[in-house]
Amino acid sequence: MSSVESDVYDIIAEKSAVDRSKLKRDAKLTDLEIESLDVVEIIFAVEEKFDIHVPYNANDQELEFQTVGDVVDAVQKLIDEEGKPA
Amino acid sequence: MNRVVITGLGVFSAAGKSVPEFWETVREGRSVIGPLTIIDTSDLHIKIGAEIKDFHPKEHFPAKQLALLDRFSQLAVMASRQAIQDAGIVFEGEDAEQTACLIGSGVGGQQTLDESYYRIYAEGRKGVHPFTIPRLMLNAACSHVCMEHGIKGPSFAVASACSSSTHAIGLAFHMVRSGLVHTAVTGGTEACIALGTMKGWEAIRVMATDTCRPFSKGRTGMSLGEGAAVVVLETLERAKARGATIYGEICGFGMSSDAMDITLPDVNGAARAMTAALKDGRLNPDDIDYVNAHGTGTAANDVTETRALRIALGDAAAEKLAVSSSKSVFGHALGGAGALELVVTTLAIRDRVLPPTANFTEPDPQCDLDYVPNEARSGEIRAAISNSFAFGGLNAVLAVKRFDG
Repeated sequence: MSSVESDVYDIIAEKSAVDRSKLKRDAKLTDLEIESLDVVEIIFAVEEKFDIHVPYNANDQELEFQTVGDVVDAVQKLIDEEGKPA
Repeated sequence: MNRVVITGLGVFSAAGKSVPEFWETVREGRSVIGPLTIIDTSDLHIKIGAEIKDFHPKEHFPAKQLALLDRFSQLAVMASRQAIQDAGIVFEGEDAEQTACLIGSGVGGQQTLDESYYRIYAEGRKGVHPFTIPRLMLNAACSHVCMEHGIKGPSFAVASACSSSTHAIGLAFHMVRSGLVHTAVTGGTEACIALGTMKGWEAIRVMATDTCRPFSKGRTGMSLGEGAAVVVLETLERAKARGATIYGEICGFGMSSDAMDITLPDVNGAARAMTAALKDGRLNPDDIDYVNAHGTGTAANDVTETRALRIALGDAAAEKLAVSSSKSVFGHALGGAGALELVVTTLAIRDRVLPPTANFTEPDPQCDLDYVPNEARSGEIRAAISNSFAFGGLNAVLAVKRFDG
């Protein structure tokens, strides 16, 4: 896996008290028992780590981030657009 | 137990710096949420809110007094001046001691705090202004209202985030009803549009990017507002004896704690607070013709509040009444919200007008009640409730009845 993917997995594992080994691209955030405040904390940690801004709105009634893979893809895209890998 | 009536109103809000201006803006559903100018928003992602325009504190406060007043206190004093003049009361002697002053605020002197931190951490200055603490403390607004008007009875600030002023007014209602005092000057204030605070709100990811559209499909969240409102409460006996104008009667107050989540609302906690307000006010669900909703415009609140209304009032009653969110007009004034919204509720009853929910675009299938979209309607309101459901699951609901004599 890429270093970005690995870093994102580290952040998700830390913030959600989920075993790192349980994380796969298609793992659903809801199945990992990641709640709304956890998502916001993960976004914040990702922004700090990669120096990017993630335009996430918790009111979005169509969830952008359903799986771990969605988060990784969004971060990679934002890095490519504006930031730098840490 | 005394009956408690409202005999004075005062507002200082983005929607108006007087009660007539405020009420007209709310009635017309004219949202004052727009680009912020009182702070530099270039470093912010959320650049909109409801700010008070054309307010020059130097025109209203002598320099010595102004030096002690954070903006949140300034707004409270402006609103209190209107309310007390409206009620036609001068506080002297024993009457002053028999008057309570309870002013709610969520975070108090944020501008003072922000400026002080900037001096220390950004400018590296050695000290801050000696009035920093007296300005930022949460009770400053209450103290200044007491000092301005000579109020000498039970007085303190009340804090419960978005429910602060509803809790304050509810406690004041208790004090007058029980006879502890015969008069109360009560309400709430918030002036937290400062850079640091806005960054904090952005970080929670619940702020609207377009505008605040409560109960609409595709709503993107809440918008911050600043403002204060103060009301005067008296025993009915006293109000009648001195020939006061009576706007309405506060007949019930309900409270509850969700004990669930620090930001997400709980349908059962909200329902319990409404049920408690009705029970306290000896009202049946079908006595209620209007609900002034908490209605922040977040995905979570609006759905939860709709479900809670159905639980507390029953489907039949919930589907008959009108619900609207004034936050669509003047944003979420946090600690000032409950007081501003009580003023809306009171005037709605008086004028037989159901104020609209502004910025309404498309119905959300999960929000399926009558939200009076965009245009006010006339309608008899025998009784109404005003809801506040705060972060941290602290809920407060006031029940207000029409008073005809």
